[in-house]
Amino acid sequence: MSENKSLLKLKAITKVFSKGTIDEVTALDGVNLDVNNGDYIVIIGSNGAGKTTLLNVIAGVYPPESGEIILNGRDITGMCEYRCANSVGRVYQDPHVGTAAKMSLEENMAMAVLRGQVRGLRAATNKQRRELFRAALAPLGLGLEERLSALVGTLSGGQRQALALVMATVSKPAILLLDEHIATLDPRTAKTVLDLTDMIVTREKMTTLMVTHNMELALKYGNRLIMMHKGRTVVDMNEEQKANLAINDLVVAFERAAGEQLTDESILLGHH
Amino acid sequence: MLEPTVIGHLLGFSIYEGLVYGFLALGVYLTFRVLGFPDLTVDGSFVTGAAVAAVLIISGVNPFLATLAALGAGLCAGLATSLLNTKLRIPALLASILMMVGLYSINLRIMGRPSVPLLREVTIFSLVSQLPGLETRLVHQLVVAVVLAVIVFFILNWFMRTEIGLALRATGDNEQMVRGAGVDTDKTTILGVSIANGLVGLSGGVVAQAQGFVDVNMGIGMIVMGLASVIIGEALFRPRGVARILVAVIGGAFVYRLIISIALRMGMRPGDLKLITAVIVIIALAIPYLQKKIRREWMPPASRW
Repeated sequence: MSENKSLLKLKAITKVFSKGTIDEVTALDGVNLDVNNGDYIVIIGSNGAGKTTLLNVIAGVYPPESGEIILNGRDITGMCEYRCANSVGRVYQDPHVGTAAKMSLEENMAMAVLRGQVRGLRAATNKQRRELFRAALAPLGLGLEERLSALVGTLSGGQRQALALVMATVSKPAILLLDEHIATLDPRTAKTVLDLTDMIVTREKMTTLMVTHNMELALKYGNRLIMMHKGRTVVDMNEEQKANLAINDLVVAFERAAGEQLTDESILLGHH
Repeated sequence: MLEPTVIGHLLGFSIYEGLVYGFLALGVYLTFRVLGFPDLTVDGSFVTGAAVAAVLIISGVNPFLATLAALGAGLCAGLATSLLNTKLRIPALLASILMMVGLYSINLRIMGRPSVPLLREVTIFSLVSQLPGLETRLVHQLVVAVVLAVIVFFILNWFMRTEIGLALRATGDNEQMVRGAGVDTDKTTILGVSIANGLVGLSGGVVAQAQGFVDVNMGIGMIVMGLASVIIGEALFRPRGVARILVAVIGGAFVYRLIISIALRMGMRPGDLKLITAVIVIIALAIPYLQKKIRREWMPPASRW
């Protein structure tokens, strides 16, 4: 596939929670997004902007109220989560979500490598697959490839998140969704996992949507930056536009686009 | 004091019972521990397996086929429970209670009357008794139980390591991760609960033939007995890995049966059996919380479902 070919298209996606009640929330309000093959998009926005809802809709966790999702020219609107998962890899904020604690590393990896394949009555792990697992885990530099039979519950949060990252990418899904995947890690571990992410995404030229709370990261990583506010995309910058940007410029751009003051401190500070 | 021959008989009988009720315990292990699916269908599907085997044997069907049919009947009961849970979104515990109650009527229908005797019918035990060199009734029971247990062990030990078996095990550990890897967790749940109740039905079918009758109430408390076996097996053997877990669960059923047999011999009233079993399970379930309380650690309230 050539670069700059459209991979994922969102057309006027709307998602409303608790419809018809006093708690009604419009989480996505007509989102249009065109993701090109090989894009590394960073999505920022304050709490409740709709970032996670956007990823959930793409991953098929729930269907949108209206709009269309086209992946690789195929309409996947309303397709359920496990079917979407054949072409979507995902790392969650909580390391516990992406990995199974009571199973060994190799069993977790065996679940991950079969993404998109029919599961049958062959042995889940064998010598050949173990080699594959080792090769996938070794570049992390965490020594996980030597601990294939260890239970995942014995790993640290950072190690589990690194494993979750490998599990989400090892079968080379069409698109990778990162949902604030370093937010709960301590600063040093967060940097390690972020570097690993960058290494894998760059190496595999993987189309990626990364949600973050952190403006500094948003400027440093990716070839495109999207800012969401109240269920809409309010800023969309390409690599050149964001190249010489400082955090303050981003705040100004946001305020101009959203028409209001940015008050969420965590997003302003941009640091841990 | 107990005579050595009595002890030998006691051990032999407990091994037989441990193996046969071990199938049921394996089923309970599969739902409660592997899938995290509290399944009370067991009290009904145990009798369904027994009833189907008995009725088929009386109508002249080969007892091995009848035993296989008992497994199939249990499988169907588990299928129904898991469909209630996955397709109609009824909580597992409630879905299985509904099935347990419904199965009571179904079991009565299958049997035609509350109790069906199997005396002088051709059972797997009477077939085995025709083999040369096998003298006593206990030896027949042991031979049947060991052969069946070995078959069940090898099939489960193989299946749990396959790609589908792995997905099934992972479903109980982290359903979100499994869906994220592209597996329909509804299907793995349905498969697991069905297999579990198939094992329970098999247990019922074999027990019916060994004791020579089926009673519509013979399933009462089977789930608690299965849980007790699982808990004892885990506590005694602290197993890791598929094969060891399977052995530990059957071992737990053996120890449980041995304790009960000894208690009965020492004068425990048979009617008190279920209360004592329930107390064993209550103690085992309460220990983790009490331990945390002593260490002043926090534990979330128990879930209502």
